[in-house]
Amino acid sequence: MEKLVFTRPRYMKKAPFHYCPGCGHSIIHRLVAEVIDELGIGDKTIGVPPAGCAVLAYDYFDVDMGEAPHGRAAAVATGIKRILPDKIVFTYQGDGDIAAIGTAETIHSANRGENITVIFVNNSCYGMTGGQMAPTTLLGQKSTTTPGGRNKDRDGAPIDLSQMLALTQGAAYIERTAVNSIKNIIKTKKALTKAFKVQMAGIGFSLIEILSPCPTNWKMSTVDACRRIDEEVTQTFPLKVIKDETA
Amino acid sequence: MKKTVFAGFGGQGVLMMGYVFAVAAMRDGKEVTYLPAYGAEMRGGTANCTVVVSDEEIFSPVASSPDFAVIMSKPSLLKYEGIMREGGVVLLNSNHVSRPLTREDLNSIRIPAVELAKELGSERVVNMIMLGAFAAYTKMTSLDSIMNGLSEIVKDINPSVMKLNRKGLDRGAEYILKGDLQ
Amino acid sequence: MNKKLLMRGSQVIGEAAIRAGCRFYAGYPITPQNELPEFMSGAMASLEGGTFIQAESEIAAINMVIGASMAGARAMTSSSSPGISLKQEGISFLAALELPAVIVNVMRGGPGLGNIAPSQGDYFQATRGGGHGDYRTIVLAPAHGQELADLTEKAFEYADRYRTPVMILADGMMGQMMEPVILPDPVNLDTLPPKPWVLDGAQGRPSRIIRSLILDTVGMEEHNWKLERKYKMISDEIPRAETYMTEDARLVVIAYGTAARIARGGIKRAREMGLKVGLLRPVTLWPFPERAIREMSRLVKDFMVFEMNTGQMIDDVKLSLEGRSNVHFYGRPGGVVSTPDELAKAISSLYYRQNLKKEG
Repeated sequence: MEKLVFTRPRYMKKAPFHYCPGCGHSIIHRLVAEVIDELGIGDKTIGVPPAGCAVLAYDYFDVDMGEAPHGRAAAVATGIKRILPDKIVFTYQGDGDIAAIGTAETIHSANRGENITVIFVNNSCYGMTGGQMAPTTLLGQKSTTTPGGRNKDRDGAPIDLSQMLALTQGAAYIERTAVNSIKNIIKTKKALTKAFKVQMAGIGFSLIEILSPCPTNWKMSTVDACRRIDEEVTQTFPLKVIKDETA
Repeated sequence: MKKTVFAGFGGQGVLMMGYVFAVAAMRDGKEVTYLPAYGAEMRGGTANCTVVVSDEEIFSPVASSPDFAVIMSKPSLLKYEGIMREGGVVLLNSNHVSRPLTREDLNSIRIPAVELAKELGSERVVNMIMLGAFAAYTKMTSLDSIMNGLSEIVKDINPSVMKLNRKGLDRGAEYILKGDLQ
Repeated sequence: MNKKLLMRGSQVIGEAAIRAGCRFYAGYPITPQNELPEFMSGAMASLEGGTFIQAESEIAAINMVIGASMAGARAMTSSSSPGISLKQEGISFLAALELPAVIVNVMRGGPGLGNIAPSQGDYFQATRGGGHGDYRTIVLAPAHGQELADLTEKAFEYADRYRTPVMILADGMMGQMMEPVILPDPVNLDTLPPKPWVLDGAQGRPSRIIRSLILDTVGMEEHNWKLERKYKMISDEIPRAETYMTEDARLVVIAYGTAARIARGGIKRAREMGLKVGLLRPVTLWPFPERAIREMSRLVKDFMVFEMNTGQMIDDVKLSLEGRSNVHFYGRPGGVVSTPDELAKAISSLYYRQNLKKEG
């Protein structure tokens, strides 16, 4: 007698991921799809993918998906949610998308308390374009545009967008998690569940920042990349609940 | 086609004068345009608008060579005297603008509108007195049309204020028609 | 019929938009069109299902419109020249994503910050697409208050019918001026054609994607050809031009928007001087009324393009004529509004220079 222990989540399409080996996006996609299924919101969810590695997210999520220009996902999501306030709207954005070119849209959506959920995948570089410095690149981290490592005097220090957003009155729930270990993956799923629930309850803007390995651009093995998140990335971006207005 | 400029300081009801006149003329069956000054031109406390009234299609709403000017402040006179059409008429609120015109081809009508308003018991009707005088002089619309225009524009207006406005219009018109011009 | 009202241009656009079923407006303050978002803020607040957002930027505003359009709403944004430059990326996306939306440009003098006076300096930007990529935007050019109402209604209709962004190209004078207008009746939202492409949650149907990224070059080429076929259809179906006193004209002025109404004044005066002059006014700037101009060239050998810029639409006139007639130009850039008298002088000067008085 066979027992089904693992299957494709209901809201994932039958398509192989294009992501690099060891990339966190595949895990995060799966978690989001599972949460959508478990919350029973698959037939009323609309997702907004970014420009970046996750631009093809609409090939994987089996929910309505609408593309946004680079950085503008929160503004597009705002438009959708205001017209369809009873639907569930999420954006899925990388660190360059959300914390550099889309900073204004993100901050003001949070400040207005737009009732949307933002999934912010932080891999500390521009992945899709080939590993340039991102706003979240760590000091000293080498990238294709900081070959000698990020220098604070020249490049500025990494920006902590989640902390900044926590200062806005409209932000209801903000948490930073990671997908570099089983334990952290389980925590991330809980955080995503909470974020969507915040939206379902109409409490306000929710955002989960997820530290994600990028072995390709970090030029590391997957194991080393996961270890780097624990040893280095979390020193600048500690894992924690940053804001919780639901308590 | 007649072009009129209404000009003065902000708060003198200058834009209101033009607006009410334009609505009245429209209801009389005329073609009309109303063009207010906007943006940076509004800063510094000046206000003006141009109203064109015509039996035919109006091409340009801009105050090039206006036929009439209703002037409520000294800076407005400086601004508009130079561009008036030859033989044009300037109606001045003489309590605020005392200096004579520099152009000899223009006619000036001086109305002590503040004084007249005080006689009626409220300085708020200065613009109505000017408008009454303007209507009586130009015959482009009637006082009744102006009253109708006013009640169309200003919703829920207090009847006593309407009565006062009517008095203002009447007094301005009377000032022109009785010929007690200075 | 609705009552004739004396209304400010920007308010006419707002009223007409709402009557056309617009339920979403996002915008950012910029002179000379602030009265439009100000009007929309109040109007949307008192309308069930109406949304007004003062966006943090022009860019955010156009992207909110993208979202609202994806969700099925009739959506609009407005701005003036520098702000429209900022919206161009979003307009390119609207075209690529095949989303309906209405964008109002109340043009001012430029380039750069320029001034806030009425101008027609954005013709190239509006009619050439403005943003990146191979696309077109329908551009409507109202010339008076009533047309602001009528063309706003049309803009929403075209946007939905062709699933493409439509721009209303006005200028500071049209936005600020009050003229008598009879507003159209409000549309019944329930009677509008359904949109079987909107994103509203995949309830009882397969999930949908609205995307413009097509990495496969053959697929991208097909998308481009699909858009092109649509633009061809639009070019066949909606070009519009109005003529004035052209029956016996030896010289025809071509002008749109505010310039066209000034030109009518100039032509009327020129007629009083015995000159046989007429006007052709493009109402749609894209698609450009090429055929109307080409047909006129059978009888008219001299055209005078009049624009409130240094010469932009003149390119389209020349392309329409394909060398069939002489094309002359008169223009004033920088926010200068010519007078009808000035136009009459320019017309008569050209008329005598081309020796049109003697012919026939």
